[in-house]
Amino acid sequence: SMAASKSDPFPGPAPIPKERVQKFKRKDKAKKPRHQHFKLRDMMKRSDEASEMSQKQAARFDLLLPEDAGFLEGDEDEDTCTISQEDIAEAVDITSGAKYFNLKLSQFGPYRVDYSKTGRHLLLGGRRGHVACIDWQSKHLMCEINVMESVNDVKWLHSEAMYAVAQKKWLYIYDSNGIELHCIRKFNDVLRMQFLPYHFLLATASATSFLQYLDVSVGKEVAAFCTKTGRLDVMCQNPHNAIIHLGHPNGTVTLWSPNQKEALVKMLCHQGGVRSVTVDKTGMYMVTSGLDKKLKVYDIRAFKPLKSYFLPAGASCLSLSQRGLLSAATGDVVQVYRDVWSAPVTKPYMAHRVRGSVWGLHFCPFEDVLGVGHGDGFTSMLVPGAGEPNFDGLDANPYRSAKQRQEWEVKALLEKIQPELISLDPTELGYVDRATFEQRHRDRVQALGYDPLAKEKFVPKYKKKGRSSAGAVERRKKQVAHEDQRDEIRKTVEDKMKMEKEIKERAQKKAALSNQKSALDRFKK
Amino acid sequence: MKVKVLSRNPDDYVRETKLDIQRVPRNYDPSLHPFEVSREYTRALNATKLERVFAKPFLASLDGHRDGVNCMAKHTKSLSTLLSGSCDGEVKMWNLTKHDCVRTLQAHEGFVRGIVVRYCGTSFFTVGDDKTIKQWKMEAPGYGEAEEPLNTILGKTVFTGLDHHQKEAVFATCGQQVDIWDEQRSSPIRSFTWGVDSFSSVRFNPVETELLASCASDRSIVLYDMRESAPLKKVIMTMRSNTLCWNPMEAYHFTCANEDYNLYTYDMRNLDRPFMVHMDHVSAVLDVDYSPTGKEFVSASFDKTIRIFQKDGGHSREVYHTKRMQHVICVKWSADNKYILSGSDEMNIRLWKANAAEKLGVLAPREKQAINYNQKLKEKFQHHPQIRRITHHRHLPKNIYHQTKELRIMKEARKRKERNVRKHSRPGTVPVVSEKEKHVVTVVK
Repeated sequence: SMAASKSDPFPGPAPIPKERVQKFKRKDKAKKPRHQHFKLRDMMKRSDEASEMSQKQAARFDLLLPEDAGFLEGDEDEDTCTISQEDIAEAVDITSGAKYFNLKLSQFGPYRVDYSKTGRHLLLGGRRGHVACIDWQSKHLMCEINVMESVNDVKWLHSEAMYAVAQKKWLYIYDSNGIELHCIRKFNDVLRMQFLPYHFLLATASATSFLQYLDVSVGKEVAAFCTKTGRLDVMCQNPHNAIIHLGHPNGTVTLWSPNQKEALVKMLCHQGGVRSVTVDKTGMYMVTSGLDKKLKVYDIRAFKPLKSYFLPAGASCLSLSQRGLLSAATGDVVQVYRDVWSAPVTKPYMAHRVRGSVWGLHFCPFEDVLGVGHGDGFTSMLVPGAGEPNFDGLDANPYRSAKQRQEWEVKALLEKIQPELISLDPTELGYVDRATFEQRHRDRVQALGYDPLAKEKFVPKYKKKGRSSAGAVERRKKQVAHEDQRDEIRKTVEDKMKMEKEIKERAQKKAALSNQKSALDRFKK
Repeated sequence: MKVKVLSRNPDDYVRETKLDIQRVPRNYDPSLHPFEVSREYTRALNATKLERVFAKPFLASLDGHRDGVNCMAKHTKSLSTLLSGSCDGEVKMWNLTKHDCVRTLQAHEGFVRGIVVRYCGTSFFTVGDDKTIKQWKMEAPGYGEAEEPLNTILGKTVFTGLDHHQKEAVFATCGQQVDIWDEQRSSPIRSFTWGVDSFSSVRFNPVETELLASCASDRSIVLYDMRESAPLKKVIMTMRSNTLCWNPMEAYHFTCANEDYNLYTYDMRNLDRPFMVHMDHVSAVLDVDYSPTGKEFVSASFDKTIRIFQKDGGHSREVYHTKRMQHVICVKWSADNKYILSGSDEMNIRLWKANAAEKLGVLAPREKQAINYNQKLKEKFQHHPQIRRITHHRHLPKNIYHQTKELRIMKEARKRKERNVRKHSRPGTVPVVSEKEKHVVTVVK
């Protein structure tokens, strides 16, 4: 009786919150195949079940994530955008406070900024040739060189071992100790670069309107396109599908992949020139700012405009963080906005003034930090809630050892995706190519002489115990026969009606044409 | 104001000492892992290519017979023992781990037609061209003793096949008729005839142990029940079957190796059409044996190759050939599902891996995990054209390659003719006969 009275107050497995399940949901259940294909139906059912189970397990694992995201909340009358960086740095712990710092480098011109994929290493490139790479958390200087030429852009390659510098004439690749490894003369007048990490491709946009892709693992130029749209100095990548977005002075944004010579998509975004473009990490939203002082948010999957904001001074640089915070820089003021696409935004989340006009913006991955490169050097500002709190140790691990980095590098090179697979929909490989299937079916019908998928004539099963008498068999046949007959009759009736209609029309036309009176009319009834 | 800035304690993310393993926190959020399908596809492609790189199935060749190897028998209780009978009447016992012959005995004058180990593993039976059935002890005779059979039975006619019951002390032979023998008696307890003058092989069903099947020279396969007095039924095909093998997992499926280069899997309950036709050999198929899992079988053919088929696959998944291997007469799949043994015309028995790219020996848990992952990847992407092309590619000896092409052209020509005949005659006069029904002539009860 003790066992009978004790019943589980929460029977069954623990429920998982709906948004979490939605986060891990892949595509919907596949369409059921025809009822003849038993094996296929079983296989699909089993794979659907396994997929659902693994999605639920991943959703449950979310409970074990160690860190929480940052936040900033002002008091009742306080506006978060009035809180200064110094106040925040004083209010938080000492290590976080040390993440707010300024580097006064006024000699070598405005600085371009890049953080490595793990967020550990920072690359600074000054316009007058100063290039430095720093482990910014420990403030350890890895290398500092002056390339004696003007520097247009700097970009980390796949790890902190190498970086690319777009200098006045050509593209150079340096080691993290500052040793020049390659001078690639094929890539000339490069203004902007983007690195596609899973394809090991460096995409460069040049002043001569060329878009070129360089495979950094093999060292070959994969594709080069003459975009014929003028100077390309606005560029960003869509991290979800590795498509390059270029902004043009006529207000259009074009989308490029290395497989097509023309742009995949051309969108008219602004009435003036486009000043900056950025895409969020899920590949859903694109934020652009233009010379018409507008900031527009687009749904890039459906190519629909979502929101349009008016900025009194326009935004020269844009950057989106991992958690969806947007930073926009105008002159020497940097403003950070929250929830740009979901809720209408009236005021910025945070704001900061730096000591020179802003030249480059980059959120640090996995940290609540925004790096600003400006005319007076570099500023690292605290933006609570910007970084993804929980990283994946097998993908980008800021705390990896040298051995772990080597293993990761080998695995990443083995999994390097070929550039032929870059397209607007990254899951294209997972779909059945139906057009080809239909073509093949047609070929097979032609080769065999008959259609193997055509339905066989219904032969009723022979039942025992007298249930297969002639009358019963006929009745069973009739049940199915009616379905076939109905389709046939419908089809023939349709055809007949069409033909009759045609004949009538023709007769009417003829009658209309020949209205002349004939001598035989009196005999007509 | 309330503020929290993301700050991680390195102690939680970095290992304490060099002796610990590294800490790897995981986050399965799909937005942190883009390009899932493309990366998995690339991994599947790599796995497929590596499988071909590591596909080295040949392990060893057992040398020693002085005439072609005619039949082989697996030891029922020991995985490392194999018995083989040759065309000069010699029977050899091999130790497969050391690749050498443990014992040799002159069993018959003339061919050794059949050899089978008793279910208990203590003795084995052989039949030969000298019309005798002999039973031998499994242990080698002591020092100074001569090799003597435990029991000898003299028959009236030549025996061509032999098989032992799975559980009882009963065995069956076939020659001019199918005989059921009790081990204690010297004359058969039952004889089955059906107007045929010779049978080539007989097999007991490993699951339904009272059932037998045999291949007859009138192109038929006859089914018997040991408890009945007459055969059950028979199916007559277009060409003669050489041997057959029952599926050890499915009680009612058996596969026969036919002279028209195909193998046919029948469901015993419905003999009017084979459940599957397995086509890939370019010459007569001489022997077939199932894997102990019942999912695959191996076939040996006169065209000097061995092919591995899946039980429901129309085409082979693997082909093994060597320059030195001539016509393969008999083949066996080892009881631990890992090895295939083939005995051929040129007096050698070869040991092959059943999975050509498998790593033998004890595997570390991470190795096993990686192998399982690669296997699942290959299975998931098996239909993509590039991956299918690499998976199906096998090197074939030139004559077999040309012969395959020639056979395909001949088949195409026949099909085209049939199609044209059907196109130019009244609809319904030329019926469509499926490939499976084509090869069965009739079923006789």
